[in-house]
Amino acid sequence: MIIAGREFSSRLIIGTGKYRSYEQMRSAHEASGAEMVTVAVRRVPLDRSSESFLDYLNPALQILPNTAGCYTAEDAVRTARLAREALQTDLVKLEVIGDQTTLFPDNEQTLEAARILVKEGFVVLPYFNDDLIMAKTLLDAGCAAIMPLAAPIGSGLGVQNPANLRIMREQLPDATMIVDAGVGTASDAAIAMELGADGVLMNTAIAEAEDPAKMATAMKLAIEAGRLAYVAGRMPKKLYASASSPLTGVIR
Amino acid sequence: MKVYVNGEARNFNGTPSLAELIEQLNLPVARIAIELNREVVRRSDWGSTMLKDEDRIEIVHFVGGGKN
Repeated sequence: MIIAGREFSSRLIIGTGKYRSYEQMRSAHEASGAEMVTVAVRRVPLDRSSESFLDYLNPALQILPNTAGCYTAEDAVRTARLAREALQTDLVKLEVIGDQTTLFPDNEQTLEAARILVKEGFVVLPYFNDDLIMAKTLLDAGCAAIMPLAAPIGSGLGVQNPANLRIMREQLPDATMIVDAGVGTASDAAIAMELGADGVLMNTAIAEAEDPAKMATAMKLAIEAGRLAYVAGRMPKKLYASASSPLTGVIR
Repeated sequence: MKVYVNGEARNFNGTPSLAELIEQLNLPVARIAIELNREVVRRSDWGSTMLKDEDRIEIVHFVGGGKN
């Protein structure tokens, strides 16, 4: 998977939230084989000394700061700038949320933030609705990849609109497309990959599994399997049966 | 002098620099970032950035999170 010229051998990007313990998070990260993890930016608590959450991450992991929790382009841009200053990375997973119940993205604010951040030299990875026209607009604005949702964040519903992902893949063959949000279990990740995604980003599906490390392994294998199936090229679907054995020479 | 740190009003004697503010608040300095009146202040400038009355400071760090 290539993001802005940087190659990652794992096609899985995972989150760092909702785990029951740091140990559990670490073992899930390790099992997933992911090389990139996403983290959120928040105010430092002033009333207690807090240890650095980042110390619990394997230092070999690429950290991808996100703008989760932002509802305006302005807040997302401020958050991205702070993250870059603290981490010395130009990567940012841009999220501008439009609604609390669905956590659907505000495409207009997302685009506005993307334009500003690209101009400032950020490698922008935007979360957006699974819409081809928005995907094209974000790429034209200079985003390094497109990150369409599969289903609402944290819903675990799986790919709700496979046709849209397939259309985006076919119409934007050169874009790096990472399915972001909505995956619930391994088969969902495999489907996203079979539709031609270059990678999948997930958090809840692993963190809220009963055994996160096992689910992380399952996701890793599903993503590999789905990718192979996509590259292999599936057989066409047919309505009726087609015998696999020769029709001649059957005993009578 | 009164400034707002992460939305909370805080009183300080004199005019501390950002670096002194961090020290007085007893915050860990590794991998945090600071915004003064909505503009990021680079780490190398913390010592030379003097605070003024009514300044608004945001100090952030990183937490576990995937989405929202």
